[in-house]
Amino acid sequence: MSEAAHAHDGHDHPAHVAHHFLNNEQQVASGKLGMWAFLATEILMFGGLFCAYFVWRVHYPEAFDIGHQYLNSFWGAFNTVVLIASSFTMAWAVRTAALNKRMPTVILLGLTLLGGLGFMCVKYVEYSEKWDHGLFPGKHFYAPHGMVESHDEGGAAELKLAEGQAASNTPGTALPGAAQVAAETFGANDEPAEAAHAGHDEKSHYPTHTKAEMRAAFPFFSIYFLMTGLHGIHVLVGIGLILWIMIRAYRGEFSAEYNAPVDLVGLYWHLVDLIWIFLFPLLYLI
Amino acid sequence: MATITTRPDIYEEPKVNYLNESKGIISWLTTLDHKRIGIMYLIGVLTAFFIGGMSAVLIRTELLYVGQTLPFDDWQNMYNKILTVHGAVMVFLFIIPGIPAAMGNFVLPLQLGAKDVAFPRLNLMSFYLWCFGFVFFVAALLAGGLDTGWTFYTPYSTTTETGGVTLALTGAFILGFSSILTGLNFIATIHILRPPGMTMFRMPLMLWALYATAVIQILATPVLAITLLLSIAERVLGVGIFDPALGGDPVLYQHFFWFYSHPAVYIMILPAMGVVSELIGTMCHKTVFGYKFIAFSSIAIAILGFLVWGHHMYTSGQSEVLGIIFSLITMSIALPSAVKVFNWLTTMYQGSIDLRTPMWYAMSFIWVFSIGGLTGLPLAAISTDIHLHDTYFVVAHFHYVMVGGTVFAFIGALHYWWPKMVGKMYNETLAFIAWVLFFWGFNQTFFIQFIMGSNGMPRRYSDYAAGTMTEQFQNYHFWSSIGTYIMACGFFLMAGVFLTSLFSGRKAAANPWGGNTLEWHTSSPPPHHNFIGDEAPEVGDPYDYTPYVYDEDTDGYIHKDHIKGASA
Repeated sequence: MSEAAHAHDGHDHPAHVAHHFLNNEQQVASGKLGMWAFLATEILMFGGLFCAYFVWRVHYPEAFDIGHQYLNSFWGAFNTVVLIASSFTMAWAVRTAALNKRMPTVILLGLTLLGGLGFMCVKYVEYSEKWDHGLFPGKHFYAPHGMVESHDEGGAAELKLAEGQAASNTPGTALPGAAQVAAETFGANDEPAEAAHAGHDEKSHYPTHTKAEMRAAFPFFSIYFLMTGLHGIHVLVGIGLILWIMIRAYRGEFSAEYNAPVDLVGLYWHLVDLIWIFLFPLLYLI
Repeated sequence: MATITTRPDIYEEPKVNYLNESKGIISWLTTLDHKRIGIMYLIGVLTAFFIGGMSAVLIRTELLYVGQTLPFDDWQNMYNKILTVHGAVMVFLFIIPGIPAAMGNFVLPLQLGAKDVAFPRLNLMSFYLWCFGFVFFVAALLAGGLDTGWTFYTPYSTTTETGGVTLALTGAFILGFSSILTGLNFIATIHILRPPGMTMFRMPLMLWALYATAVIQILATPVLAITLLLSIAERVLGVGIFDPALGGDPVLYQHFFWFYSHPAVYIMILPAMGVVSELIGTMCHKTVFGYKFIAFSSIAIAILGFLVWGHHMYTSGQSEVLGIIFSLITMSIALPSAVKVFNWLTTMYQGSIDLRTPMWYAMSFIWVFSIGGLTGLPLAAISTDIHLHDTYFVVAHFHYVMVGGTVFAFIGALHYWWPKMVGKMYNETLAFIAWVLFFWGFNQTFFIQFIMGSNGMPRRYSDYAAGTMTEQFQNYHFWSSIGTYIMACGFFLMAGVFLTSLFSGRKAAANPWGGNTLEWHTSSPPPHHNFIGDEAPEVGDPYDYTPYVYDEDTDGYIHKDHIKGASA
């Protein structure tokens, strides 16, 4: 089905082989090596974030205990299944492209695309729910809902974070630090908040904590938004790439001789999936 | 030419070459030709070098005398800003891209007998990213400047209101991707595009150096990317990762930053060492001694370079045990570096030395880099580093290795490959005088700073005390600054030499130095597809100089197989 002519401008190489390569094998080998090396760079970049996760987790385990109650494991698991399924359809699409099957390739790429879009929709739902409850990353973090009067166990949640508060403000030219905002929002540990039932807010089944506990959970939400945010940006880029490949597949550009772009986009998508497979348990489950 | 050659296509200047095969600025800005991209990079990094150099002149002028010297209001803050510009522009815009992007892009495919790098469009994208990074840095300067030092240490960098910090962090992020893409390209090219007959151990040593550099580029730079992203997130969103009040740790920033920035210095020096291997081999007309040792030492330096970042942080409060481990591994990097130096010296021994400008740069590299490297040892040892940390001793050390090392090699490479790039020779006498000024000015500027530093002069200070106890600092600073002006004269003379060469230089031979690596098997300048007839030249031993005969008329070397009438 492909249009790859074997004569091109009088040259004796197929149209899809670039001029500086001797032959198709060289082009394919270069593309694969380049893509795998690029994936290594992505792993190292996310590695820094995983490192930050571990540093914070070791120092503030209570932040993670409190914080991850705000994550819905059902939707996290759903997203995991969606991404794994989309990796499956992607791999299958690479196969059908190599077998010269145009429409199956387009359909499978379309399903992969739906998977990616579905993932982003769930992410949107998760993020907007958090933002409705004031759980923003960084200095805009406040949590007006579900703040209860300090119950007895609340004392345990007064953490080292409270000690650091006094030392936070740099005199002179300083940005309004998140610490200042946090201090203004949460005030002192024992400031009473709107009364509500301890445990869960009856209306929305949303968990509730004391102000002190919420301040303690702050690092969790920072790392949560940073990691899932960067991952989400990579999913969006992947969606763009899959759309591009899908259009090219529809136009019949791929064949048994020339399917490297599908293969390489597939590799990128598998990495995006792999990173989520690590993020999900680290943020949602443990 | 008096000597009749069977290959006029190589030895005579071609009418159509990569420079004139298409005209107009758009044809340059959208080119996929690695040679043109290399030239554009060269212009870019030399511009950055000029900006960084002028800031250095301003710094040293301020320090000429005690008290305010430059006529700025708020001169101390201005000093911090100029200091930061000098560091950031030199590191991110000049020296990291430097030899790989400007010289490597030009030379690598030629030395492989290839038509181009593996990913020409990615190559052009790397260049565009470099330009975007440059724009962001300029924007940072216009938005209020930055005064954090090139290292952007927290908590100052994440809390200061100085307007240009976030823009500069973004600029450095973009430049990081330029570096990563170049690294990806070089790795794929060296692995896949080698011609038949060129095994890894028959490659020129320049390519081993560029390969080791590319490995560091792709593994270390992403960590810089995430570090800068986290700093930006800290400034813009306040995520708190480096803020103790929110559970963060400013020293964590230092770990993240140096995890990249230490390997980065090997990105700076490895290509320089590759250049020196080429220069010494060719200019001494003798096979480079210990090829495999030099090749493996490049890889060893690349690997060990990832394990030593903590030697920038001995005084930061990190654990002593960790410090000791870092110290031991740091000292071990001296071993592969020394292997190279000994091999170069052995290559020179009993060689037929052609004492022209590239050789002066190569020889002075060995001398100056050795001093820089040896002064790294008191910094590697924790006990002495406590005294020397953040003093001028450190400043002198890294300028000896970065300027004495990389810049000397870069300029040497420029003189060596200049005839190939533009098809013209330069005035040898004036180029030599420029070297004299550069070498003398450089040593005067920085040698004094070792003494200043070990006597306690701290770095990054806009001023210093005068008085009987510290009068010495006044003298040291004064003479160090005079050295800077001498160096600047050398650079301006050098610029003049190259510009004159462009307009009225003597036509260059295809092989003015007698090298045997594949770039000398094509015309000067090369055609668009690198080799005449699109065929890769035959691969031989890159360091076999015996088949060459000097031809006086063209001031170049001709391969004896290409001389008409020569017996087969």
